[in-house]
Amino acid sequence: MKITKQTVENVAMLSRLNIADNKMDKYIEEFSNFLEYVDVLQQVNTENIKPTAHVLPLQNVFREDIVKSSLSREAALANAPEQEDGYFKVPRIIE
Amino acid sequence: MELYKQPAHTLHDMLVKREITSTELTRAFLNRIEQTDADIHSYITTTAEKALNMAKSADEKISSGESVSFLTGLPGAIKDNICTLGVKTTCASKMLENFIPPYNAAVMEKINHMDAVILGKTNMDEFAMGGSTENSAFFPTHNPYDTDCVPGGSSGGSAAAVAGGLAAWAIGSDTGGSIRQPASFCGIVGLKPTYGRVSRYGLVAYASSLDQVGPLTRDVTDCANILNVIAGYDSMDSTSINEPVPDYTKALIKDVRGLKIGLPAEYFVDGMDEEVIRAIHAAVADFKAMGAQVVEISLPYTKYAIAAYYLVASAEAATNLSRYDGVSYGSRVSGEDIVAMMTNTRTEKFGNEVKRRIMIGNYALSAGYYDAYYLKALKLRTLVKEDYDKAFEKVDVILAPTAPTPAFKIGSIINDPLQMYLQDACTVPLNLAGLPGISLPCGFSKAGLPIGMQIIGKPLAEETIIKTAFTYEQSKDFHKMFAGVIE
Repeated sequence: MKITKQTVENVAMLSRLNIADNKMDKYIEEFSNFLEYVDVLQQVNTENIKPTAHVLPLQNVFREDIVKSSLSREAALANAPEQEDGYFKVPRIIE
Repeated sequence: MELYKQPAHTLHDMLVKREITSTELTRAFLNRIEQTDADIHSYITTTAEKALNMAKSADEKISSGESVSFLTGLPGAIKDNICTLGVKTTCASKMLENFIPPYNAAVMEKINHMDAVILGKTNMDEFAMGGSTENSAFFPTHNPYDTDCVPGGSSGGSAAAVAGGLAAWAIGSDTGGSIRQPASFCGIVGLKPTYGRVSRYGLVAYASSLDQVGPLTRDVTDCANILNVIAGYDSMDSTSINEPVPDYTKALIKDVRGLKIGLPAEYFVDGMDEEVIRAIHAAVADFKAMGAQVVEISLPYTKYAIAAYYLVASAEAATNLSRYDGVSYGSRVSGEDIVAMMTNTRTEKFGNEVKRRIMIGNYALSAGYYDAYYLKALKLRTLVKEDYDKAFEKVDVILAPTAPTPAFKIGSIINDPLQMYLQDACTVPLNLAGLPGISLPCGFSKAGLPIGMQIIGKPLAEETIIKTAFTYEQSKDFHKMFAGVIE
């Protein structure tokens, strides 16, 4: 399947990534090669096959709603790129 | 006798008999790291001071006559995607270059509880994406057998550290072969447990339905001992299996009489190295001579496993790695608004392979392509799993090569992502099916590089594959070798 520049740009936007102009051709080529390779899956008739998202026969795992100790605010903020007054700080979102 | 050349169980015996102290042992490994890691580059971070403190406390336990565990005072290494409280955990990524976890992974809690000594954090492919450790954002790791070659990946630092005598044991993670393939390339033993056998809590997520933590060791005895430490239910991992953990060292028995071994034709893929094929066939003959029954089996959907794996793993990776947004931890690159900040952060701080998989994953999950790619891959996953289910009605274990070739040269295929993906042909099917597999050395190429074979078991049949591997290992000298020389 041939991939266009527009498709790559759209996926990059969804992924919050920028593709530099000088790398675009390489991305298109690699993407096309990959999709061409995985097209092998289309050879298989999977009409009545159930998908396996997970190998274990697990449903929801519940636990009692008990208060347990958790990270202190200080520890939770220790790796924050930017913080202020005990909060994570991000660029202004609302004008 | 050089301590760093010994398997962990020999060192454990010496510690218990008080022939050496953990402090002496730890110093021996730290010296070895100082002398050789400039050539191997197995560690991202070394924690010498902490290690010596841990050794001191282990020595106090041993000399006080308290009961000691297998790991008490034994210096080991941890892959840098396993969270270590207070010690940088980078995932070999610029994104987490300065990340210091505020908690320990479940496996670290267990290992620390055993009074082990941690020497440091090992190099890997960024976020565990790769099979050569060349995708580390910091530096590639070199194979101790031939420093021009890769150690495999993504747990390449852990494998090289154990093979080169820079750690007595190591922990890695395996999403599509990342423990077994580097074990194979470095001539050591690596085990991927059954999905859910070892807690993933605190393992930085790559593809959550495929990831497992496991040991990399010098021999099968060490492997069983370390699995004893890390296996078990954990309420912090909702996919953890709540089944009793056997004593895996009880499976260290030399006996394959009557064992039914399946040999799948499909694992001898196109382009497989002749020397690998010969080594596996020689191992088959050895197993027969020891009383095992070898039968040819077919796993017809194997040829679709790589395509299914890369779609599933990339889809899960795209989702998991969306958390790196420059807000609560990790790196941040500024931007004029929040979307620009996130985009700049991710563009600058993720490496090429990580970006490639995020993009593939988001494409496969996006509207219009979901059914054709992601859902189709999940259906093929079912078929791959059913192949194994059918095979295991007839055989006890499956024997296959671990990788299609011995270690390749650094730089030789890094620019061809698809070629790199094809390296995983023999390892990814197990992850799709959640099965346990162990890789152990079964020969050497003419160039002197190790060749590994893989023994695959039913879910939770770690004991069976350990017993099978142990029987083979003890009939050979490969486990007595250190970087190609019999010690």
